[in-house]
Amino acid sequence: MNSGDINIILPEIFLAVFAMAALMFAVYGGKDRLAGLMFWATAGVLFLLGAWIGLAPAGSDVAFNGAFVNDEFGRFAKVVMLWASAVMLLLSRQYLEKHNLLKFEFPILIALAVLGMMLMVSAGDLMALYMGLELQSLSLYVVASFRRDSVRSTEAGLKYFVLGALSSGILLYGASLVYGFAGTTNFAGIASTIHEGDLGFGLLFGLVFLSVGMAFKISAAPFHMWTPDVYEGSPTPVTGFFATAPKMAAAALFARVVHDAFGGAVADWQQIVAFLAVVSMFLGSIAAIGQSNIKRLMAFSSIAHMGFALVGLASGTEDGVAALLIYMAIYVTMNIGVFAFILNMEREGRPITDIKSLGMYSKVEPARAAAISALMFSLAGIPPLAGFFGKLYVLQAAVDAGLAWLAIAGVIASVIGAFYYLRIIRHIYFGDEVDALDGVMPVMHKMALYGAALIMVVGVVNLFGVQPIAADAAASLLK
Amino acid sequence: MISVEHYLVVGALLFVIGIFGIFLNRKNVIVILMSIELMLLAVNINMVAFSTHLNDLTGQVFALFILTVAAAEAAIGLAILVCFFRVRGTIAVEDINVMKG
Repeated sequence: MNSGDINIILPEIFLAVFAMAALMFAVYGGKDRLAGLMFWATAGVLFLLGAWIGLAPAGSDVAFNGAFVNDEFGRFAKVVMLWASAVMLLLSRQYLEKHNLLKFEFPILIALAVLGMMLMVSAGDLMALYMGLELQSLSLYVVASFRRDSVRSTEAGLKYFVLGALSSGILLYGASLVYGFAGTTNFAGIASTIHEGDLGFGLLFGLVFLSVGMAFKISAAPFHMWTPDVYEGSPTPVTGFFATAPKMAAAALFARVVHDAFGGAVADWQQIVAFLAVVSMFLGSIAAIGQSNIKRLMAFSSIAHMGFALVGLASGTEDGVAALLIYMAIYVTMNIGVFAFILNMEREGRPITDIKSLGMYSKVEPARAAAISALMFSLAGIPPLAGFFGKLYVLQAAVDAGLAWLAIAGVIASVIGAFYYLRIIRHIYFGDEVDALDGVMPVMHKMALYGAALIMVVGVVNLFGVQPIAADAAASLLK
Repeated sequence: MISVEHYLVVGALLFVIGIFGIFLNRKNVIVILMSIELMLLAVNINMVAFSTHLNDLTGQVFALFILTVAAAEAAIGLAILVCFFRVRGTIAVEDINVMKG
């Protein structure tokens, strides 16, 4: 270890020291009286770290004998995660305050989860991967059961914990097999043992177990069972957080492992990823049709969207990785807007999650109704909104890689999926009139909702220049 | 002579017992926590067996990390379980059913 290594990992060290210092400061300085301050401070730190990483000079650095890789790919994912978590943190404050959940532990747990995600996407070694993944998961188990006096929230936490621990175990078993048959835990070392696409029996088994573990984490079908319950049971700001940063982190980790460690055996993992993609797209789209709870619906929506993101990964090309990154960035932006809306679905101070409560919402709040409709159209992938271009790029990458059948399946699934997004819009504009929702939207939430909707409309022009950045990031991963 | 394959078979058996413990168990959540622990320890057997077989220390370092994380995981799992028991009054697996899924 030398000072060069420390310099490369400096943002992560800064966040770790901040989280520990904030914890100590809050415990000895006044506990929950400082919670409001903690929210602002943590969001500020996350935002500044995002800017710091985003403005870092181009180029790839490797630290700690290959255990930590700092390249464009990792930096792209980190900036998306850091900014998304900062925004979600600011959005959660008012909701948590209203429901008597404003505790100083919340921002610190989020900071630790983000630290875990940053280590995950930069992992260059199975050990670093495991430690980052567990830091993220352990923090998320706790925030899922954050409302300790609610049966639903603790049940969500318990289910998430059991299935998350199971998936970690499966991933670890895969890691042990990979280590045993490759003789090293380093990604570059694993890649060097693969000759001409021949994985060998042991490594193939290890790859399958690793993929299953990571599929759990990104909630790809058929390993999605925890998602709807956890999304429904967790407090809404936590659900919103789950739907943004951890998804980006897990998708980036998946891409990192299959390309960095198993880049020599594309044909082997392509089948696995394509299978996960097809099943997720269809299951997410079909199972969401019967849902009436909007948080459950967003859970199935996230399963379907992860399926589309995996289509990009399944193509196994540089374009595919770039499409995956663009897709995830757009998806995270849309979800921030949608959850800014869901956080304010309430009647007389009680949170409402039933879709039917949106009946004729356009008469109550025309501007909000228009913004959420734009986001729903974008989630459904209807042109000319940015969500359509996200889908277009992943499907294009699949076609270019000779996986036309996968692209056709994606189009069919997207048509099925459009049904339930359009159903929400039908309720808003043509539904039965019900007791109006009367949540007063704080300024921050308005900015997030209208901002996200605006980005989906205006982003059509050039996607805010994210495309060349994603292409560079993908190039740095495949080098 | 006990070779590395023997250790791998033991590891695989314990791992499968752990998975079945999670899915077939209909009684108590504590048993699920024990099954998770069993899975992680099965992985540790694998790690240490490979490590001695390859004459490479990495696997043993990995095993130490896994032990540490497993302890933290058990602590968090039990904490969530205590919260659940306080509001629900039971930890039977069939009673974790407020949400269908």
